[in-house]
Amino acid sequence: MRVAVLTFPGSNCDYDLYQAVKQVGGEPVWRWHRDRGLEGMDAVLLPGGFSYGDYLRAGAIARFSPIMEDVRAFAEQGGPVVGICNGFQILCEAGLLPGALIRNESLRFQSEDCLLRVERTDTVFTSDYAPGQVLRIPLAHAEGNYRADRETLDRLEGEGLVLFRYVDESGEVVREANPNGSLNNIAGIVNPAGNVMGMMPHPERAMETLLGSADGLGVFTSLLASLATAG
Amino acid sequence: MAHYRIEIRVTPRPGILDPQGKAIHHSLQNLGWTAVDDVRVGKAIHVEMEAESEESARSEAEAMCRKLLANPVTEDFEVYQVEEA
Repeated sequence: MRVAVLTFPGSNCDYDLYQAVKQVGGEPVWRWHRDRGLEGMDAVLLPGGFSYGDYLRAGAIARFSPIMEDVRAFAEQGGPVVGICNGFQILCEAGLLPGALIRNESLRFQSEDCLLRVERTDTVFTSDYAPGQVLRIPLAHAEGNYRADRETLDRLEGEGLVLFRYVDESGEVVREANPNGSLNNIAGIVNPAGNVMGMMPHPERAMETLLGSADGLGVFTSLLASLATAG
Repeated sequence: MAHYRIEIRVTPRPGILDPQGKAIHHSLQNLGWTAVDDVRVGKAIHVEMEAESEESARSEAEAMCRKLLANPVTEDFEVYQVEEA
């Protein structure tokens, strides 16, 4: 399974993603932001980091990178696309996911472990998790505060498009568990077609129990399993 | 063709939480400006360009805002000033 890992100027989680794909038995393939073409790719990953120094707005400039036209076409054909952290911000700016990520309520760059509840397990990104499973996954961002207008938020909730939510130890959605002020404690969402996912926390940094947590593995094993089935 | 200096203002939409504005509001109050009710922080973007007319410079600037300079989910924009330079 060939998985494209994109790199924008300022990406810094691309190697972690590359390694994550390898770890679960996929074949990662580098794609620079100016490259064109995603032929032969089975999935596309947009890494975290600070593309274009977060100038103007996080992700606002990267979304116009040449490769993003191919990402859009790939997504429209149903190809799985994952954006993590800055990758999520880029997908929102590109309109491939609804809403926007603004400055954390704390005004600080938050770098800490968070607890996430898996809201759905019938997607290609979460099938290896148990319903309601609570994951410990690191986050590291200054703009992770998810915002959308009332109508969009109602649609996300009504159609079950929220994939991950910040929760406490017992899996409850509480204000104290919300690291950035996101509406409804939203940490990750999926598009209605179910093939484009964005999340702020970093599953690719939670791949080894020895390093603190392996709870992020499921995102990658789920994706690879779905590709194997589809292929 | 003439040269135009354009000032664009991008501000958080009403109802959108503005953490920076909130922090500055707090600070102003601590400094004794207790009469301050609200603070919102936006951006001023200065663009210089060649255009046929003031009108076309303005409409170009609006197109820039819609495509790149403002995010309609969270921000409003205003082409505040267009002047021939």
